[in-house]
Amino acid sequence: MAAPPATASAPSLRPSAASPRAAAARSVAVPSGPRTVVPRRDGGRFLGVRAAKAVSGVQSGTVVDDGVQRPWKLSDARLVLEDGSVWKAKSFGASGTQVGEVVFNTSLTGYQEILTDPSYAGQFVLMTNPHIGNTGVNPDDEESNRCFLAGLIIRNLSICTSNWRCTETLEEYLMKRNIMGIYDVDTRAITRRLREDGSLIGVLSTDQSRTDDELLEMAKNWKIVGVDLISGVTCDAPYEWSDKTDSEWEFKKGQSTESFHVVAYDFGIKHNILRRLTSYGCKITVVPANWPASEVLNLRPDGVFFSNGPGDPAAVPYAVKTVQEIIGKVPVFGICMGHQLIGQALGGKTFKMKFGHHGGNHPVCDLRSGRVDISAQNHNYAVDPESLPEGVKVTHINLNDNSCAGLQYPKMKLLSLQYHPESSPGPHDSDLAFGEFIEMMKNNRL
Amino acid sequence: MGGQTALNLAVSLADSGALDRLGVRLIGASLPAIRAAEDRQLFKQAMDRIGLKTPPSGIGTTLEECISIAEDIGEFPLIVRPAFTLGGTGGGIAYNRAEFEDICRAGLAASHTQQVLVEKSLLGWKEYELEVMRDMADNVVIICSIENIDPMGVHTGDSITVAPAQTLTDKEYQRLRDYSVAIIREIGVECGGSNVQFAVNPADGEVMVIEMNPRVSRSSALASKATGFPIAKMAAKLSVGYTLDQIPNDITKKTPASFEPSIDYVVTKIPRFAFEKFPGSEPVLTTQMKSVGEAMALGRTFQESFQKAVRSLETGFAGWGCAPIKELDWDWEKLKYSLRVPNPDRIHAIYAAFKKGMRIQDIHEISFIDKWFLTELKELVDVEQFLISRGLDQLSKDDFYQVKRRGFSDTQIAFATSSSETDVRLRRLALEVAPTYKRVDTCAAEFEANTPYMYSSYEYECESVPTNKKKVLILGGGPNRIGQGIEFDYCCCHASFALREAGYETIMMNSNPETVSTDYDTSDRLYFEPLTVEDVTNVIDLERPDGIIVQFGGQTPLKLALPIQQYLEDKKLAGIHSGDSGCSLPTRTVSAKCLDIIRSWTTKLAKRLNVCGLMNCQYAITTSGEVFLLEANPRASRTVPFVSKAIGHPLAKYASLVMSGVTLPELGYTQEVVPKHVSVKEAVLPFEKFQGCDILLGPEMRSTGEVMGIDYEFSGAFAKAQIAAGQKLPLNGTVFLSLNDLTKRHLAEIGRGFRELGFNIIATSGTAKVLQLEGIPVEPVLKIHEGRPNARDMLKNGQIQVMVITSSGDALDSKDGLQLRRLALAYKVPIITTVDGARATIDAIKSLKNKSIETLALQDYFQTTDASQNLQAAQSAS
Repeated sequence: MAAPPATASAPSLRPSAASPRAAAARSVAVPSGPRTVVPRRDGGRFLGVRAAKAVSGVQSGTVVDDGVQRPWKLSDARLVLEDGSVWKAKSFGASGTQVGEVVFNTSLTGYQEILTDPSYAGQFVLMTNPHIGNTGVNPDDEESNRCFLAGLIIRNLSICTSNWRCTETLEEYLMKRNIMGIYDVDTRAITRRLREDGSLIGVLSTDQSRTDDELLEMAKNWKIVGVDLISGVTCDAPYEWSDKTDSEWEFKKGQSTESFHVVAYDFGIKHNILRRLTSYGCKITVVPANWPASEVLNLRPDGVFFSNGPGDPAAVPYAVKTVQEIIGKVPVFGICMGHQLIGQALGGKTFKMKFGHHGGNHPVCDLRSGRVDISAQNHNYAVDPESLPEGVKVTHINLNDNSCAGLQYPKMKLLSLQYHPESSPGPHDSDLAFGEFIEMMKNNRL
Repeated sequence: MGGQTALNLAVSLADSGALDRLGVRLIGASLPAIRAAEDRQLFKQAMDRIGLKTPPSGIGTTLEECISIAEDIGEFPLIVRPAFTLGGTGGGIAYNRAEFEDICRAGLAASHTQQVLVEKSLLGWKEYELEVMRDMADNVVIICSIENIDPMGVHTGDSITVAPAQTLTDKEYQRLRDYSVAIIREIGVECGGSNVQFAVNPADGEVMVIEMNPRVSRSSALASKATGFPIAKMAAKLSVGYTLDQIPNDITKKTPASFEPSIDYVVTKIPRFAFEKFPGSEPVLTTQMKSVGEAMALGRTFQESFQKAVRSLETGFAGWGCAPIKELDWDWEKLKYSLRVPNPDRIHAIYAAFKKGMRIQDIHEISFIDKWFLTELKELVDVEQFLISRGLDQLSKDDFYQVKRRGFSDTQIAFATSSSETDVRLRRLALEVAPTYKRVDTCAAEFEANTPYMYSSYEYECESVPTNKKKVLILGGGPNRIGQGIEFDYCCCHASFALREAGYETIMMNSNPETVSTDYDTSDRLYFEPLTVEDVTNVIDLERPDGIIVQFGGQTPLKLALPIQQYLEDKKLAGIHSGDSGCSLPTRTVSAKCLDIIRSWTTKLAKRLNVCGLMNCQYAITTSGEVFLLEANPRASRTVPFVSKAIGHPLAKYASLVMSGVTLPELGYTQEVVPKHVSVKEAVLPFEKFQGCDILLGPEMRSTGEVMGIDYEFSGAFAKAQIAAGQKLPLNGTVFLSLNDLTKRHLAEIGRGFRELGFNIIATSGTAKVLQLEGIPVEPVLKIHEGRPNARDMLKNGQIQVMVITSSGDALDSKDGLQLRRLALAYKVPIITTVDGARATIDAIKSLKNKSIETLALQDYFQTTDASQNLQAAQSAS
């Protein structure tokens, strides 16, 4: 791009993008008045230099005349949002141009788990915690075998790692997985926009040859609603799972005596769901999202689990059909996408929320006991409880907005939760939900 | 809520049967919960039950037991932690046998239950704290995680701490969270806040539980300010039966309080010390807390918040580095010692070590400070090097942003670029680089929050949104230090309340997390910012207040108002610093003639100085009745809260209204108030925390707080003040008298006084001779250097209940006398060092013997004066 770097990360609002949203964005209170782009004094001699070693990439600056380097990198990336705002930033990880839906996550810990959570497929995750990368990355904290998200947006990339389990820096890790990241942007300002406007489509680019207009056009033409993202994240073929939560991290007291065979539908399943179910005594067969219900029922499992996954539940009618064919026949448990699919299978409606729930601190009330759990949440769609048939009980609500957070339908031997009892990242408060599923399977055997 | 004092009191009340007899229930932390958390043995057992590890240790109730535990553990260093004490009083780290025995003795004496924990040292392990809340329905939430930059071995109150924790993965954090929840349940704190401390081995993540406080602590105050979640306020609601989901989040108003705050900034707290005031005590940090105050700062990154915290301390640094610090001249040995042994200036030693080329790894190996923090600090040194290599006009707008985002102040930039602060500011503003203000909202911007609790950062979007109202900016007192404590915060808060009620928008600016002024609901708007010229000017530029009040925050804001400052520095204090001396209102010994002179001079002085608001004058009166003016300060003084309470008029509120233009007649406050009762103020001194220093008072102020006693008689008021200050006045027993030549003429009077109360007297030879001549029975005792058995032996054997020693100040006294005074302190024997003090003590003991203490509410003393009416009148007048 021809434009020189403006302020460190102040977005230069394009005059041509005079949409109402852009106008609103421009009126954000800035004490010194609207910031303008000033020509760079040094005539463009400073070129962003990608570091030879990723570790020192953040620190490597550019060569200046007197030999003392800037201990920071210059801006070399842009985030263009569909509201017309352009955010200067510094890149790490992969380079290129990428389009996706920007969502924020308020978890203070667990960026690696978030990076590998398939539910984030197609999304840019903005972490509100300013310091990311402090503990690096390690092999035990992976939630799937890949990073499915479109990119990572953070305020500050750690210049070193500190953790006994760390094997790699975040930058190295993203580079290897070809995932784009940007840092040194006002993530709080973007979060406030996402909060006001709902989630926004954005384009992340390190490509200097593309104009802001082109990127904006890309953002405007990209759609996530109605897109089947699950087919891109599910497994190719069935497999068995037998890993428990590692003894070092196990927090549940007591050993399971009985064993249950559970078939788990992989709509983008997080490994920790599988680990928790195994810790509770399940032997699991994981099947792809499009696996026929009849074949699953032929295995005569004790229960069927419908996993979390990315995107719009309305975009995967085949999955809804599968759920319909299974519920009522064996005990079932659904989490997140699984919960929404169950909602649809029961004839209910799902809708896209304004900006979803993405964090590790949401209070959920179990209406049956009155107990409040602090929960990990990550969803943009929710089930409308009004649309559900009679007999379906709303068992949990999110106390922040009273949205439906859990369902129970005793007649169909069905349980589902909108949030993440498996945590990882997040609090373990709701782990007992897995125990409830076990109880349900146990009672079904009697 | 009242910390360790309240907790210990609760235990005593329960033990004495008073709670049962009166049918009073403890709410929040029950007695068994207090015991389980505070009793070291019960706590270890509780942790065993829930499968959590504690460091290898044992409980001793005698020195012999302690030694045998030490032998079992097998290696030094060892940590000694007394049960039921405040701020780790009486504890410490022992590196050898002799040191160990000394600390154990002090610890056993300090403990409420004569119990100390002898524990294997986890030096070098990382230290974390979690603030936990539980409601009666057993819902538990974590309010804040805190990581200590100083590893294990330094009391958390003396550590530089950061929130949220920075070097934990989710698995590790959730493990600490699970443990905290399990601990609050096992200990049985049925509702309210608690604080749990963990040590984590940086090599393998092993976790040990260090301790749990079943109460709000200084960390809870910090956590409240750091997150915007008001722990004490919520704990109070929970204790009367509300559950967390029934209470709205105080900041968002819409979401419930049953959540865990998420923060999108970094908070750094740095303690402030006063070792220079306690000569003889080594400036070394251990498990016994020695700091007198603290500053907190918020920034978007660790670097920004750390630099802001350093300059908030007001110890002469405009940030970290970019200054000619003394450590730069040290040799490697001295520097390494300062890196190895925790001390108040360790951060400056780190800076010097980096500047001299030491590597991160080496500093880490010497100090055990986590490399994450060291690397962040190292980058600040790199930025300084970059600045040094460029001139001010070579810095681009982007450069400026990058530097300011790392927390560098204009002063620091000026130092590094060899220019002036003004030049930096002008250049910066010319490039349009100004701070933005972000809001603290408990939820990392997820929900809308209209609470204007703000901090600065150099970002894109400013959320401050100033109003066009009539407004006043009040500058707070900054970190607590000796000579400037919460008295000034009292004044700032009252000023804010009064001006708010009078129709002004009040804007508070302060950096002290221990204060009420930094509650987000004390003023209309709060800027949690350092109190420096740069930071204050930035807020003024943005807010454009109609007035700024600097009178109430003590020295801190006054220093910012340069012109008056020169006058203030003129100190000619003699004798004991007024902050350390006890005082009485009304006066007890000042003649009517002297009082008339003082009244007339004070009025003239105020008019001549053209003071509007408060002024404080200090006078001295010679034995012949001559009056001298020592000092006059055109500001609130530390006695304002005392005087306000003694006379029943809110002086700080009046003063703030006066400054906004209301007259004293409009306030209805034109007469000097002469109350019928007597109020006595007594200083609280922290000597027991400072090993080795003498306890004699002097012109340097050393008290860290004060208490007040009220009664209709002076003797009763004095007795109450002594009890409140922790002096347990004996009603009988033996008094040790040792008076110097200057005060010997009062000896007979003092001796008779104690005899009449039934005390036996022991005295050193000179004193004893005088008493014998007066016909007062006395038993002579040897001075320490004269042989044995001597006064020290008697003290150790519990044969002395109270001591009156006036120091001769000679070489022998500074050795012999100091030993005796320190020992008296360790054994908690009241020690009186002035003749006036001895007289008052005799009166007080007499009063305590003759009648039981009468307890009245403060309001009961003021049935005739209704202060609030005056205030209402004033507010309607303005």
